[in-house]
Amino acid sequence: MSWITLGDWRPEWLTPTVMDIAVAMIQAVVILLVAVLVGAILTVVERRLLGWWQDRYGPNRVGPFGSLQVVADMIKIFFKEDWIPPFADRTLFVLAPAIAMASLLLSFMIIPITPGWGVADWNIGLLFFLAMGGINVYSVLLGGWASANKYALIGAMRSSAQTISYEVFMGLSLMGVVAMAGTFNLREIVNAQQGMWYIVPQFLGFCNFLIAGFAVVHRHPFDQPEAEQELADGYHVEYSSMKFGMFFIGEYVGMLLISALVVTLFFGGWHGPLLSPIVWFVLKTSVFLMLFILVRAALPRPRYDRVMTFGWIVCLPLTLINLLVTGAVILLVAPG
Amino acid sequence: MSVVNPNTSAAAAPDHRASSLVAMLRERFGDQVLHEQPTLTGMPVLWVSRDALVEVLATLRKLPEPFEMLFDLSAVDERLRSHRHGLPEADFTVFYQLLSVSGNRDIMLKVALLEQDLSLPTVIPVYPNANWYEREVWDMFGVRFDGHPNLSRILMPSTWQGHPLRKDHHARATEFDPYTLTVASQEREQQALKFKPEDWGMKRKNDETDFMFLNLGPNHPSAHGAFRLVLQLDGEEVIDCVPDIGYHHRGAEKMAERQSWHSFIPYTDRIDYVGGVMNNLPYVLAVEKLAGIQVNGRIETIRVMMAELFRITSHLLFLGTYLQDLGAMSPVFYTFTDRQKGYDVIEAITGFRMHPAWYRIGGVMQDLPKGWDRLMQGFVDWMPARLNEYERAMMKNSLVWDRTKHIAAFDTANALAWGVTGPNLRATGCDFDLRKKRPYSGYENFDFEIPLAHNGDVFDRGQLRIDEMRESVKIIQQCINHMPAGDYKADHPLTTPPPRERMLEHIETLITHFLQVSWGPVLPGNESLQMIEATKGINSYYLTSDGGTMSYRTRIRTPSFPHLQQIPVLMRGGFVPDLIAHLGSIDFVMADVDR
Repeated sequence: MSWITLGDWRPEWLTPTVMDIAVAMIQAVVILLVAVLVGAILTVVERRLLGWWQDRYGPNRVGPFGSLQVVADMIKIFFKEDWIPPFADRTLFVLAPAIAMASLLLSFMIIPITPGWGVADWNIGLLFFLAMGGINVYSVLLGGWASANKYALIGAMRSSAQTISYEVFMGLSLMGVVAMAGTFNLREIVNAQQGMWYIVPQFLGFCNFLIAGFAVVHRHPFDQPEAEQELADGYHVEYSSMKFGMFFIGEYVGMLLISALVVTLFFGGWHGPLLSPIVWFVLKTSVFLMLFILVRAALPRPRYDRVMTFGWIVCLPLTLINLLVTGAVILLVAPG
Repeated sequence: MSVVNPNTSAAAAPDHRASSLVAMLRERFGDQVLHEQPTLTGMPVLWVSRDALVEVLATLRKLPEPFEMLFDLSAVDERLRSHRHGLPEADFTVFYQLLSVSGNRDIMLKVALLEQDLSLPTVIPVYPNANWYEREVWDMFGVRFDGHPNLSRILMPSTWQGHPLRKDHHARATEFDPYTLTVASQEREQQALKFKPEDWGMKRKNDETDFMFLNLGPNHPSAHGAFRLVLQLDGEEVIDCVPDIGYHHRGAEKMAERQSWHSFIPYTDRIDYVGGVMNNLPYVLAVEKLAGIQVNGRIETIRVMMAELFRITSHLLFLGTYLQDLGAMSPVFYTFTDRQKGYDVIEAITGFRMHPAWYRIGGVMQDLPKGWDRLMQGFVDWMPARLNEYERAMMKNSLVWDRTKHIAAFDTANALAWGVTGPNLRATGCDFDLRKKRPYSGYENFDFEIPLAHNGDVFDRGQLRIDEMRESVKIIQQCINHMPAGDYKADHPLTTPPPRERMLEHIETLITHFLQVSWGPVLPGNESLQMIEATKGINSYYLTSDGGTMSYRTRIRTPSFPHLQQIPVLMRGGFVPDLIAHLGSIDFVMADVDR
């Protein structure tokens, strides 16, 4: 990792190793804050964009063009009564939103943003993301269970069934990429895409991963667990104040994470001509964030059981075919 | 234009058919048919004895041209009525209005009851939709129906004392003792709202499953108002459900007994509160029948034009919320943009938006303003492209198909048995539309089609309304092109308020004007009824005048009431999202259900 040499005046304890650690820590904190902040800002961006697409204004009162809406929202949500229903299971009720937020934020560790930025450079990178995705189910499950509310329970039930089904082929859909790059390390996967982005050879894998990504972060049209028209917000119906805020921001952090992963795995990460790596990364990620929002504006919600059928009958076989073909091609092309 | 509708000639025929029907019943039931009452309702009104009631109904149900539908069932408290010469002695009268779709005719049966013995046999075995109507009569009048499976209150809270539509029940809150809510009485009210499955013959569990009882509403995003539905669930499968209504009950029928004929008009606006002046229409038409007022072509055309405009705004609201209930977020904003354009025109013409109360007895409130045609033309030019867009973007979307096709489907026979009318009936392939079958207010002069569908599912109910909007646009266009000249108020002594110019002629006309505005018009004692094809189905007002300035009894038959009663029949075995889709496709407003 490249860092500026500071000259001879540095104190004894400030060895290059310590400097490396310090830089890594600062980077980690910055990435954490940026992720949360972007998640918060996205809530407003989404409402403005939806407003634009739906022939209306959206929130435009606070600050110039509504830019300070996020501040107003934050003040409101922090100062709301933090109410825990008397019939709820307190421990689990408090734990659930923390898991929702933490599991998704932790996943940002493995995302290589630019050649110099990124928290962890792990050989198990992708597996870590899948593990965190698996843990994230518990937030919805526990939240819905601890609320002791029937709507929340149905939401949690839908969510766990849906996430489990979709995680199966989410992992498998990435195995094509892993096989081609020969590694789980995301930084190496990005570097392997210098010649050609994996979207081209792994188009099926991309489609399946995107669908699974929508499902795992419960974004419309896979928002059955919270389907407003049916379950009146589902698993987080009993939550208020910042506990609700953590579910809410968590959803947007999830969108950000999936977008960043799609860019990293299929769209060459920071690679791109002319502009600096960070600009490319941000641009590409933004495109997928827009896609998340546009899909919400455009589509009705399929029925819950059809979502499950779609996952098992369509997506899973496609994923397996993709993996088989990828494997076969690799074996054919491989020397010897 | 001026296409002569073949059905208008039917106006002469019913007399003959009606008398042969009455003769048949008299021959068959002899003395049991007590009396034939002459009325202005346009149908034979027969008083039958209590013992023969079920049998008479069953006979009518099985005629070659059967009366397939129990259109309405309610009662009248006769105890304060003075003009009832020649009618059988009665303290309470329960009436059964039947509709024959195949024969396009009606009949009304009345049963006289005395105060000491207020009971009737239930007619649920003949007409299943009698269930809620009989509960309503029990709730409002205290008439018992023997053999009814669950004769409980339906509109009032179960803790209510008395029967509100009885003449001796107070009409105003100020006539009661001041209302107090103690901790104990609150607890009692809460307990009364608790759902007990056993009351509805439901089991809490079977051999394998403990059922979940999910209380959906009265406040739920998809309940379209204060509507409660208790679901018996096995997982997400609906085993059974019980609709619970009455949360929007305002006693409109009771209010009608305290308002002058004229001053009740604004209340009608608020029955189907998205229907605007469409609600005024059956009321003023029924009053005009009582008063004997004939209105001119201009008034008729203005009324049709505004009613059709409200049909479009109502259907637009339906379309937006219907798609929203399917999870599509955006369409409702587009349809609201369209509604806004419609309301701009309505506001310019009537001076009001949602509840203009613009029709008057014998006319409309004001003449059309200058430039109305340009405004209306703007709206008419705007709509068709938008309707095509909705159809392309949503009704051809495979996700919408997946959610709506073959969901909550019912056939014509089922619809008629449950009293379903309007677009929901036509979605099953039955072309019963009063605008064609029994043209009123000059509908026979318009050239338009009755859109039909054939599966009777959630999709058809949505698509059909888009098609209906196109036809309404056509009707409005014809109104713009051919608006007749004439006065906006009929020249008749009972036109209310009377034309102002006549007031200043001499003292006699001044006094008449003063009395009519302060008291309201005095209508001769009689009964009249008008059914119209309203936004959501057939809406009718059955007015009983006792020769006073106020209605003796105003029965408001609304389409949404039977539509909700039908829900459990369709939803057994469906999933929760199907139920939501069905609720979205019915197009009901709770004010139209509870009145």
